[in-house]
This record gives sequence, C-alpha cells and structure tokens, in this order.
Amino acid sequence: MTEWSFVDDWMVFVGMLAAVSCALPGTFLVLRKMSLMGDAISHAVLPGLAIAFLITHSRGALPMFIGAVVVGVLTAVGTQLIAGYGKVESGAAIGVVFSVLFALGLVLIRQATDHVDLDPGCVLYGNLSQIPLEAIDGDIPQAAINLGLALLLNILFVGLFYKELKLCAFDPQLATTLGINANLMHYLLMIVVAVTTVASFEAVGSILVIAMLIVPAATARLLTDHLGWTLALAAGLAAGSAVLGHVFAFRGPGWLGFDPNLSLNTAAMIAVMTGVLFFLAFLFAPRYGIVGRWVQRVRLSLQIIREDMLGLLYRWNEHRPGEAMLESDLMRAVGRGTLARFALKSLLSRRAVERASTSGILLSAAGAVAATKLVRGHRLWEGYLAKHFNLPLDHLHEPAERVEHYLTDELGEQLRRDLGDVGEDPHGRQIPE
Amino acid sequence: MTVAYHRKPVLWDIDYAIPEGQLVGIIGPNGAGKSTLIKACLDLVPRASGSVCFYGKSYRQQRQLVGYVPQRESVDWDFPASALDVVTMGCYGKIPWCLPPRKKHKDAARHALDQVGLSEYASRQISKLSGGQQQRVFLARALVQDAKIYFMDEPFAGVDAATETAIVALLRELKQRGRTVLVVHHDLQTVPEYFDHVLLLNMRVVAAGPTSKVFTQENLQKTYGGRLTLLAEAAEAIARSGQG
Repeated sequence: MTEWSFVDDWMVFVGMLAAVSCALPGTFLVLRKMSLMGDAISHAVLPGLAIAFLITHSRGALPMFIGAVVVGVLTAVGTQLIAGYGKVESGAAIGVVFSVLFALGLVLIRQATDHVDLDPGCVLYGNLSQIPLEAIDGDIPQAAINLGLALLLNILFVGLFYKELKLCAFDPQLATTLGINANLMHYLLMIVVAVTTVASFEAVGSILVIAMLIVPAATARLLTDHLGWTLALAAGLAAGSAVLGHVFAFRGPGWLGFDPNLSLNTAAMIAVMTGVLFFLAFLFAPRYGIVGRWVQRVRLSLQIIREDMLGLLYRWNEHRPGEAMLESDLMRAVGRGTLARFALKSLLSRRAVERASTSGILLSAAGAVAATKLVRGHRLWEGYLAKHFNLPLDHLHEPAERVEHYLTDELGEQLRRDLGDVGEDPHGRQIPE
Repeated sequence: MTVAYHRKPVLWDIDYAIPEGQLVGIIGPNGAGKSTLIKACLDLVPRASGSVCFYGKSYRQQRQLVGYVPQRESVDWDFPASALDVVTMGCYGKIPWCLPPRKKHKDAARHALDQVGLSEYASRQISKLSGGQQQRVFLARALVQDAKIYFMDEPFAGVDAATETAIVALLRELKQRGRTVLVVHHDLQTVPEYFDHVLLLNMRVVAAGPTSKVFTQENLQKTYGGRLTLLAEAAEAIARSGQG
C-alpha cells in the first residue's frame, strides 16, 4: 500500500482551500436562488482565460484573474440584458450566455495550446495531483498561493459586507431604497465568484467547481436557519468534504477490496463527498431531514395513542370506579397495531398504568392526573364548540378528540373563562378539575 | 411623470402633490399602475419622463425621509433570518458600509416589533410566522427607518383580522406623529374608514383629494368601469412602433 506522504498533505490542503473559498460566495448564490449563475460563470470565464493567455503568453495569475473577472462580469451583464430584452426567462438567458462563451473558450484554448502548453483537460477537470510536485523543493505551489489569496479575499468580502450581502440577498428593493446599491453588490458577488472559480480551476477544474460552490451551502441550509451558521457550516462541510474526498480517493479502493495501490481522482471524490454529506443531511437533518420529520410524526402518533388510552381508562373508571379494563378491550379501542403495543409498553414503563391482573389494565395515581387533564381539555373544548359553532351534539366528540392532545394549561384556562363555571360538558358529563 | 415598460406606457402624466401628514389610499383596478407608481417614486423602476420631488429635493438626497413597505410576496420568506434580523434591516441605511448593526439598532428593532405586537416572536425564523405576522414584520421594519413619508404596497393583502386592526392602529399613530403615509389598497369598503385622502388611479390620475369629496360613485365608475379605451389604444400603438 502506498504511504501517506507530503503529496497527500498538499492535496488535502489545496482541496480544502478550494472548497472553503467556493463555499462562502456559493452560500449567497444559493440564498439568492442564483445557483445556476455560479455554474455559468465557472464555465464562461474560459474565453477570458484563453484571451488573457493569448495576449500575454503566460499563465501568470494576474492576467488570468483579470481575464476571468472581465468575462465573469460580462456573463452577469449579458444574462441580465438577455433576460430583460430577449423575451426569455433567466434560466434560458444564462444558458445562452454561458454555453456560447464556454464553447468560444474551448475554441480559443485549442488555438492557444498550439503555441504554449495549456491543457484543456486540466481546465475542465483540474489537476490536483500535479500541484504538490511543485512542493518537492520545499516551495509553496502556485495554486496554493492563488487559492489562499482567493480564500482571504472571500473571507474579507463576506466579513466586511456581511450586512450588505444579507440585505441584498433578502430584499434588494429595500436595499436600493436605503441607499445600498443592490446592483453593485450583485456584480461584486459575480466578480468574487469569477475570481474564486479561476483560482480553483487548477485544483478541481471548471466542472467540479460548481459542486463546491453550491452543495455545501445547500447542505448547510438543511441544518440551520441562521445566516451566520449557514456560512460557517458551509465552510466546515466544504473542508470536511476535501479531507474525506482525498482519504477515500486514496484508501477507498483498498477498503473496498480492490488493488490498494489504485487511487481515485481526488477532485472528483471531493465533489462526491459534498454530495454524500448533502444526502446525509437530507435524511438526518434534525428539523428538515426526512428521518427527523418521520421520527417526529411517529412520536406524535405514539403520544396521541398513549393519551387516548389514558382517556379511555379514565372514562371506564367514571362508570366502574377502581375497576381494571381488559387489555384486549383497550387495545381494540385504540385500533390495535404495533404502535398501540409500543404505547402501552411506554405507559407501563412510565408507571402511568399498571397491570391489575394478567389481562387487566389499571390507571395509576400519576396516570389519573394526566388523564384528568386530558378529559378536562376534551370536555371544555366540546363546551366551546357547542357554544360558538352551533354543531349538533353528536358532532362534538371527534373534533375534541383531535384537539385535546394540543391543549396547554393556558388554553384550558382561557376556555374555562370563556365558558364560565358550567361544570358539565354539553353531554351532561362532569368536567373534572 | 410617465412610466413605460418596454415602451408601453403604464402610467401617463401623473401630476400629484402628496398632502402632508395624511393617510392616502391609492385605489385602482389591477394593472392600473399602483405599485408602479410607488416604485417610480422610489427610483426602483425608471421613469420615461418627469420627476419626483420630496420636500423640494430629489429622492436621492432625501432617502432617509422615505420609508418603503414592499408587497409581502416580493421576498423569499425561507431566507435564514429571524423576525428581529429582518426588522433590524430597516436600520441598515443609517449604518455606514461594512459596519455591523449595534445594540441601539437592535433595541430600536425590538421596540418596533413590540409596537406591532410581535415582541414574543423576535427570534422566530421568518418562514414560521403567519402571513399576517410577516406583514407586521415588514411594517416594523419600516418603523425603525423612522421616515417622514411612507409608501406601503398592499399591506392589507391577505392578512388576518388581528393584523388588519394592528395595521390600522399603526397608520393612525403614524399620522398622529405627523407622518405621511401612502397605501396601495384593494378593499373599497374600508377606504372611507381608513383614509383621509384617496388617489384614484387607472393609468392616469382619475381623481385625487379628500376621501369625502373624491370617493364617489361617479369617480369609482370612471376608475373601474371600462378601460379608458383611447388611452389603452394609444399605449398599444406606442408599443408597436417601438418594435417596428
């Protein structure tokens, strides 16, 4: 098996720099529902690079960035113009602009490679594994320097203009009326995206960069409802994807039983990892995850069945004080099923009910208190419905059965005040205290 | 002032002086240009001709004096922000670029939330507020702007009774404090109750003045009953010539 070396350190480090720099402006693209714009700019800067290259005949960072920024802004302006005057929706406008520019870029790059060494494949897919070779003599690779500067720029951009970015993302019209130029912020963001994507090209290429821009931010949105945390989480998830991505690319084949000397494309694996993390959040995010929501629903159902059981036992005891109810009767009344068995078990373990004999269930003192509260809420609600809704008597039980589980002490008190001291529900049953 | 979209005029020769310290209802059918009127006043849409003056100066110079409540649907309520965050945004115009809001701004925002009866919801995520509560958040945000003249675009659209009452109380309070408020409004029944002045609009000013004088059956007929065919045809002709 190949050993982890300084090459791997550099690959992880450069991958992290790229992923985190992309995640910061990417968050604002996602929030502004402009994710496609990131895709567009990352592709459209290609002719900018090629032209800068053809003019200066160098792959120096400065001409590349200038070329990228010019074309990045042109993309944003062009998209807006076409969407405004071209009678097409903004998605189509983006498609028109970036695909044409990208194609132009490919043509120009072919032209350029005839003269100087510039590999179109490198621009498309990046060349992460080549970057550390520059570090053999102890130098810092150029790509790491570029990405470090891009990250610094992005941290400064987001840190300094946090308030402005937030307002312009949420309500650009208000921003404009407050004298904060939303258009200016829009183009600044586009410039930052263009610079970041170009800085990331060498590491991950123009196709995978979109995953870095969008996916960590989309994942973070599932995990929090706070903008600051969204940014922090997006950056953290991006960094995590970079580490996981390289570890899996490096060791994954070995773990899966393939030739351990085989290693996968790290940049692609980083993008895959951003997707894996998104999928995990999609499933397991506390509030917005599918599993989380499902668990909440099951919990609620269990609670409702438990409370229904307590209510049933209470009413049973109203007619037969102190008598146990047959377990089979109780289960039938709540519709049987696995959930019902779980509900009974949890009531028993909470000592809200106890087994009187082998087949009888009895309310405990604690259970009786809870049951009283439920039945009280139920009957108060029936009284309220009868007073205000003009419903026939036999239509009162069902809605009250649903609402009783949600009545707080405070609402119960308000109901009692609304009804006055009636003491009985519309069916003439006592409302317990 | 005239405003045109794609060369097709949507507002013609609007000539109107907003009465100071009054509650003004802007009334008119769909497509009459009510929202456009507000946006054109605030430089949010370009004007084809004409000018808007606030206390004798251009809008650019008087931004601080003007508050704006956009339509509730104009923003994405899933945005990760709390009610307090959104209300604090009303202060952003007074904070220099690059500086974060300070405690006094947060306090002002809290006070405004209190005024619209939402102090308990300060930290709630805005998507978890009801439509009426969202509208009140927007109003609170306008309050912290502490403007002299307010433009409100359909604040009563789709709100519950509690919110409607709260908004009306707020409008009256603003008036008492000498503020001028222009409100785009849809419900004709409540117009005489809510507004001192009305501006009846249908591509042009049909009538404007004190509600008791202007809000008449005849004027409403003119505003709502049938388009002003000549005007509409002329607009079409202008739009066509633009394409030709």
